[in-house]
Amino acid sequence: MTAATVAAARGRGRTAGHRVRPRKVAARVGFYILIVAFVVGSLFPFYWIVITSLKTPAELSAGTTSLLPGHVTFGSYSADLTQTSTTGLNFGRSLLNSAIVALSTTAITVVIAVLAGYALSRTRMRAKGPVLGFVLIAGFFPPLAMVGPLFLAYRHISLLNSYPALVITYLIYTLPLATWFLANFFSQLPRQLEEAAVVDGASRLQALRRVILPVAVPGIFTVAILSFILAWNDFAFAVSFMETPDKYTAPLAIIGLGQSQYQVFYNRIDAAVVMVTLPVALLVIFAQRRIISGLTAGALK
Amino acid sequence: MTSPQESAATAGPVTPARPAAASAIGRPTPDDRGPRDRRHYSLLARDRRFGYLLVAPATLVLLAITAYPLIYNIWNSFQRDVINSGIPPTFAGGENYKRIFTDNQFVPALAHTAGFTVVSVAVETVVGLALALALNRKFRGRGLVRAAIFIPWAVPTVVSAQLWKTMFDPQTGWVNYVLTSLHLPLANTTWLAEKWTAWGAILVADAWRNTPFMAIVLLAGLQVIPNDIYEAARIDGANAWRTFLRLTLPLLRPALMVALIFRTLSSFLIFDVVYAMTGGGPGTSTSVLSYLNWQAFFVYADYGYGGAISVALVVIALVIAAAYVRVFRSEQVL
Repeated sequence: MTAATVAAARGRGRTAGHRVRPRKVAARVGFYILIVAFVVGSLFPFYWIVITSLKTPAELSAGTTSLLPGHVTFGSYSADLTQTSTTGLNFGRSLLNSAIVALSTTAITVVIAVLAGYALSRTRMRAKGPVLGFVLIAGFFPPLAMVGPLFLAYRHISLLNSYPALVITYLIYTLPLATWFLANFFSQLPRQLEEAAVVDGASRLQALRRVILPVAVPGIFTVAILSFILAWNDFAFAVSFMETPDKYTAPLAIIGLGQSQYQVFYNRIDAAVVMVTLPVALLVIFAQRRIISGLTAGALK
Repeated sequence: MTSPQESAATAGPVTPARPAAASAIGRPTPDDRGPRDRRHYSLLARDRRFGYLLVAPATLVLLAITAYPLIYNIWNSFQRDVINSGIPPTFAGGENYKRIFTDNQFVPALAHTAGFTVVSVAVETVVGLALALALNRKFRGRGLVRAAIFIPWAVPTVVSAQLWKTMFDPQTGWVNYVLTSLHLPLANTTWLAEKWTAWGAILVADAWRNTPFMAIVLLAGLQVIPNDIYEAARIDGANAWRTFLRLTLPLLRPALMVALIFRTLSSFLIFDVVYAMTGGGPGTSTSVLSYLNWQAFFVYADYGYGGAISVALVVIALVIAAAYVRVFRSEQVL
């Protein structure tokens, strides 16, 4: 029907017309073995985690290496979400903490980066080059080289063990990328859009909000997804700034569970691993292209 | 710059109350070409002020969380400053810098970090490239495979390290189970208890999560190479290997450079995997710069020593960043 189907049909016809040579068959078999090996290698650890999380503690004590659960139970999940350990760790709470911090980071990143990206692509400010350069360099700043002074600063203003400490700090992961990406994105939009709005009497901020933002939704969406993932994945800052288990983010809680092995079974840890991975895994499956173009700041289209 | 049609169009609806409003968008209006009157300058000034106002939040936030810690670290690196020790900080001169280059922690950690970066980036590039080339061919289920291999990247780094720690567990893990059932060597290894096997485990955990990223970026690069070039090479009788070396690799250069520098920097700053899998051990045999930096602050509470390590870390990261900027300029990808 379409050009693609026609091309596919023609391609098939061509291969059918060729005489099948043993070397080609071997190459093809090797190719598929390679693909299968990659898929198995990528997914097997994850499969194992899912299976283990569905086992009962009794089954686990008989060995962790069986590939099918004898008796599927979601007990580990409900235990993770409801039970609070003696140290005060509740994984449901940790997931909530992670969600609050990651979503706040995303919202703040989008607002600040939209403003900065717009200014960098649409005004004649002189410091454009230096600001872009600084933002790029900030994106390369080693997180562990900031953590000491920031710890002291947050302690001084009583922000340790609080959401704002993480949200502010996570902007180092998200803002440089988001600003660069949006500056690139805005500069590809036609200028006539806002010119018309401004001529109609709108202020420039109004023009940005009413005319540019609706058109920029795809770019903003990309930036939001990336910001969420980057904030959700952090461990270094969370382990440095969050002191009591009720404030732990999910990755921190998983390491906490892993270190108290004498109490916690693998099925509980693995259920937590599944839960922390699920949101990002869904984003990866459904928004892969956006994630890649965002991570390379649009350097590769 | 403005075409006559456009200026006519913009001049029409402009009311005297809002003269030359269109120039506020950052592009000269017809007025600009005339004598440089005061109004032009004030509009330009307004445009600039508007720009500075909008970049201010981003710039101030980034300055606060990068420049402030950097300056504080530089200051501290010349101090003897152990937090909570009750001893007030004193001037130390270059003592901390002398210490990082002579003690038995920093230089080994630097060597470990550099070695790990070279090996992990090399492995991930070669495997990622093979994977990208495979995925660039048309076959049934390609979309599914592409989504599947990218899933490890969705696991938070520290969690993937925890996951691989359980995989490498000598009693309950899969690695030794598979090696035992296949009668392969190393089946009784306690992976994280010895230096080189621990590094092997760290490399596997790191590569598992990051090779897909490499592959997907390289695949994006491969997909912009037009097909007729390959067609031409085939007609000229070039074999697959020659086509790869002479055509694919040079055309893939921009994507390869981007991926390489991204991975080099993040490899160099490795922290989560070491923290979760080995804690720098056994002994300090898998200690890396970021981990040592964290220990200096949060275990030794030595802000002078930690400051000196942080400064060194920033210098190295900036060298990598400079390489990045140069590559981007020469490849003209931005």
